[in-house]
Amino acid sequence: MSTFEFPPSIISRPVYGTLAPRRGKHHLMIADAEGAEALLELAGKDAALMPRAHIIYVSGDVENPFVEKLRNIAPLHLYVGPSYNAAVPRLRRMLQDAHMGLQVYLAGTEGLMGQAMLEATSAGIPHTAIQTEHRGSVARRMQCVHCKGITENVITDPFTCSHCGLHLFVRDHYSRRIAAYQGVCVDAEDPGNVPPAVRLYS
Amino acid sequence: MSAGTTKIAVTVTDIVPLNDLVTRFRFERTDGGLLPTFSGGAHTVVEMKDGGKTRLNPYSLMSDPSDQTAYTISVRRDDAGRGGSLFMHRNVTVGDEMVISYPVNLFALDLRAHKHLMIAGGIGITPFMAQIKQLVATDGRFELHYACRNQALGTYADDLTAAHTTKVHVYFDDDKQAIDLENLLDGQPLGTHLYVCGPKGMINWVRKTAEDLGWPDEAVHYEEFLAPQSGKPFKVRLAKSNLEFEVGEHQSLLEAIEAAGVDAPYLCRGGACGQCETDVIEADGEILHRDHWLEDDEKRSGRKIMPCVSRLEGRIIVLDR
Repeated sequence: MSTFEFPPSIISRPVYGTLAPRRGKHHLMIADAEGAEALLELAGKDAALMPRAHIIYVSGDVENPFVEKLRNIAPLHLYVGPSYNAAVPRLRRMLQDAHMGLQVYLAGTEGLMGQAMLEATSAGIPHTAIQTEHRGSVARRMQCVHCKGITENVITDPFTCSHCGLHLFVRDHYSRRIAAYQGVCVDAEDPGNVPPAVRLYS
Repeated sequence: MSAGTTKIAVTVTDIVPLNDLVTRFRFERTDGGLLPTFSGGAHTVVEMKDGGKTRLNPYSLMSDPSDQTAYTISVRRDDAGRGGSLFMHRNVTVGDEMVISYPVNLFALDLRAHKHLMIAGGIGITPFMAQIKQLVATDGRFELHYACRNQALGTYADDLTAAHTTKVHVYFDDDKQAIDLENLLDGQPLGTHLYVCGPKGMINWVRKTAEDLGWPDEAVHYEEFLAPQSGKPFKVRLAKSNLEFEVGEHQSLLEAIEAAGVDAPYLCRGGACGQCETDVIEADGEILHRDHWLEDDEKRSGRKIMPCVSRLEGRIIVLDR
């Protein structure tokens, strides 16, 4: 199992649940890495979803053993791609053609779920109607509040902005509009006084 | 004074009978000033001095929300009702001074929607009249499906069809025309919000069909004003005010509380808004819950009541008021 229980935090921080089957004629499932486990469990709860399900799976690794398992649950469509960005044109096109009643299920890392949710909410689905389940890495997609650059897969606090080089403190303050957490300069008042980087949730 | 119930003194400046059942009333401020703007879907509570009795009925505002010179409402005569609509039809004349509340909106458009799909039944057309004017002014995308008994009773059906030929679809029950709801809902683009106003049966049908098709609750909006129903008289004791009095057969619990001189909170007076929710300390009898505000378990608990529409069948109820 690849689950992790996030400690309670400020209200801005997204809270994830457990995917459950919902009524509807079309089901869009988006997952990365261990997020596949959540989709397999969802299919186990209601196999009848799968003939109406389109899965977009970001495998990250061609040797990924989950791909075969996802194929075995027999979704209507299974797309496997190397990165989230590679899947975006397909996702946008699907949302453009979709009708009300489409159910969206997101599973995997926070960065994947946040970005896919932004696409779904931009297409008009209320964010509270989109199901999420966290699996796998606790790394975050961070926005530097100073230069606005995004750094993916941040796993330590503080971290160095990959754009402007500032040392940033990892906050739980989240932006649904940007699909990223906010990183704030940690040594603004005493430049150079940077606390040692600690792995998130260690 | 209760929240959101600031009053406006108005004069009736026009009364237009539209068909056998529906009459339109126009209100302008008695002091000649401008009325507040409102948003489509808002209602006003009209005070009626009917002999010694004050009736307070909510009506959807149907005029252009940006027009501050006047408000209009359309009132359907309900011969079997408690008398508010009959009073409007029979006793109100042009030049009368009346008191109405500031507009309150419990049926607002969700402006994040990419498209607004409206379903109206009968007099449920009125909030959509204002919403459509708002959407036309803001280039909003909408589609209206309006079911009414027949051409003669299709209030505003001709006006709407003439103004918005491709967006308004009218169905006459007498001609066995019906909304093909499942197909209609099934084909809506993502980002559509659904609005329904009409009889209870229609609201339930639309909500259920949308739910079965996987529409999220957040995108389904409905408005149904419940009129308080008559019932057997019962006693009420207000613990905080230390008052005890009787609720009459044709009086609502809220009206009885007001008649006793207690300024209790309310907004919609129709079981929808939640403003008048009151804690029950004790009840000797069965509470007849008629609102659609309280959750089922709250209703079962017997600890809460919505006095605008619900009442007691029994001897006495003690309220934390």
